[in-house]
Amino acid sequence: MSHTYVVVAEVRGGGLRQVSLEALQAVSLIKEEGDSVAAVIIGSQITPLADELARYVLGQVYSVDHPDLENYNPETYFSVLSSILSKLNPSAVIFGHTAVGRDLAPMVAAHLDAGQISDVTAIDSEGNDLLFMRPLYAGKAFEQKKFVNTPQVITIRPNNISPAEVASTPADIIEIDYSPTSNLRSIVKDVIRKTSGKVDLTEAKIIVSGGRGVKSTEGFKPLEELAEVLHGAVGASRAACDAGYCDYSMQIGQTGKVVTPEIYIACGISGAIQHMAGMSQSHVIIAINKDPEAPIFKVADYGIVGDLFEVVPLLTEEFRKVLV
Amino acid sequence: MNIFVMMKQTFDTEERIVIQNGDVSDDSVKYVMNPYDEYAVEEAIRQKDQHGGTITVLSVGPVRTGEALRTALAMGADEAVLIQDELIPSDEFSVSKVLAAYLSKQSYDLIIGGNFSVDSGGGQVAIRVSQLLSIPHTSSITKLNISGTQATVQRDSEGDTETVEISLPALFTAQQGLNDPRYPSLPGIMKAKKKPFQTLTLADIGLSTSDIAAKTQRQSLTLPPARKAGQLLKGDAQQQAVELVHLLRTEAKLI
Repeated sequence: MSHTYVVVAEVRGGGLRQVSLEALQAVSLIKEEGDSVAAVIIGSQITPLADELARYVLGQVYSVDHPDLENYNPETYFSVLSSILSKLNPSAVIFGHTAVGRDLAPMVAAHLDAGQISDVTAIDSEGNDLLFMRPLYAGKAFEQKKFVNTPQVITIRPNNISPAEVASTPADIIEIDYSPTSNLRSIVKDVIRKTSGKVDLTEAKIIVSGGRGVKSTEGFKPLEELAEVLHGAVGASRAACDAGYCDYSMQIGQTGKVVTPEIYIACGISGAIQHMAGMSQSHVIIAINKDPEAPIFKVADYGIVGDLFEVVPLLTEEFRKVLV
Repeated sequence: MNIFVMMKQTFDTEERIVIQNGDVSDDSVKYVMNPYDEYAVEEAIRQKDQHGGTITVLSVGPVRTGEALRTALAMGADEAVLIQDELIPSDEFSVSKVLAAYLSKQSYDLIIGGNFSVDSGGGQVAIRVSQLLSIPHTSSITKLNISGTQATVQRDSEGDTETVEISLPALFTAQQGLNDPRYPSLPGIMKAKKKPFQTLTLADIGLSTSDIAAKTQRQSLTLPPARKAGQLLKGDAQQQAVELVHLLRTEAKLI
């Protein structure tokens, strides 16, 4: 029997999210010959993004384009998505493990009476079973899980599965009408985009992160400058957030976000267990700390014992030289 | 206002994980209330202070979960319900079915939970419950203002802030920054001992094992490969900076 797999693609900051292409790649790891793939994209003025998505999908792209869908609202997005899913009757629905995916996937799972495996970092097979790797305790341990039956709901952690490549023939785009309803129980009144133009922490390839040693809100300035040169994002430890130096949305750790960038630069972070859980899967870790005994040096590939306020601006200068 | 807080007991975040006989060892582990659920309990207390009502804290888990529920009572919740039955699988599908079955027989205006649990961390259960109860939800909130049957909330969406208007009854999940959770006071701890504490089984809430059979299974459990300490760079700050950029280009080949 052939199966249908649906990827729910995502728009952020006017572009198609990288994790949506990673979710498409995840489907190619799951599907067998003869199975079909569809992608859904929801938003406002997304024609170019639907076209771009279609280049990667061997199947159909369902595009739902309406001014009322510009901002994510669980009610509207769920109603759009569930009506598409009821036609496609998929074996699995795959999301990115993002602010939208984390919210929408459990709604779909509950609606379909389906199991869900969240935050998947790798997919393997063993006999006829597909095994989904995911972190526990923010990455202090990993479990492999399998589904007992279908339908299945999966969310994919950004930066772990390589993105899909351009398909041999682009997908057909099917436009789906959206008719606004007046009886919504929740309305998004306003969105303040503090992060516009910046890379999201979970998708960033390079993260410059500050801890207690940064000492103040102003202390994050040199870190921001370094991140800008590297086209990276700025993160923080719990100590820095609790001290009020920065917003909680920047926190990396077991409380906060778990990140897996290519380069993680820890500045003035001692390396509490709960912080290390959130970043120890990074490809290369660099630690800058005054205290040579700081636990962070035990996991760092490259360590600099020194004052971050001296070292970080010098690094910014050096990177600027080679990256220009 | 009837407020329900869904919560979980988890390992303290400073605990290291040890695998023994294919499972996570709980030998001499310190348990705490899931940190995100502390914000949920605190918010329930603040809403009750403003609007009156009753706070019931609710959990599905083993007997030890009672400690976390008692902590919530000591903080200021009024009643606790522990659904404790070995027949309930830890699968999110199963747990959410159990919670929703219980809640569907209650009268509620506000249901709050943590954004996710710091152990299994799937972040599914609360949102599944809102869907099963057919009530609207906002996840990852950092502000909650209630006026009559309307709430205005702020939602953290990867650093962006969304303002959402939502009608009650509704479900919310708490993000860091929502409030500053209190510590239980000594009189609070004494009072908690006398507050109603109900323990229910699967049969008590009218479900059978076939209703909640797990949809996913764990196949294996491993620890991540240990990282080795790398090299400390030598020289003064200028030399270290040059060396690091050089190593990232030549050795790590990332720049």
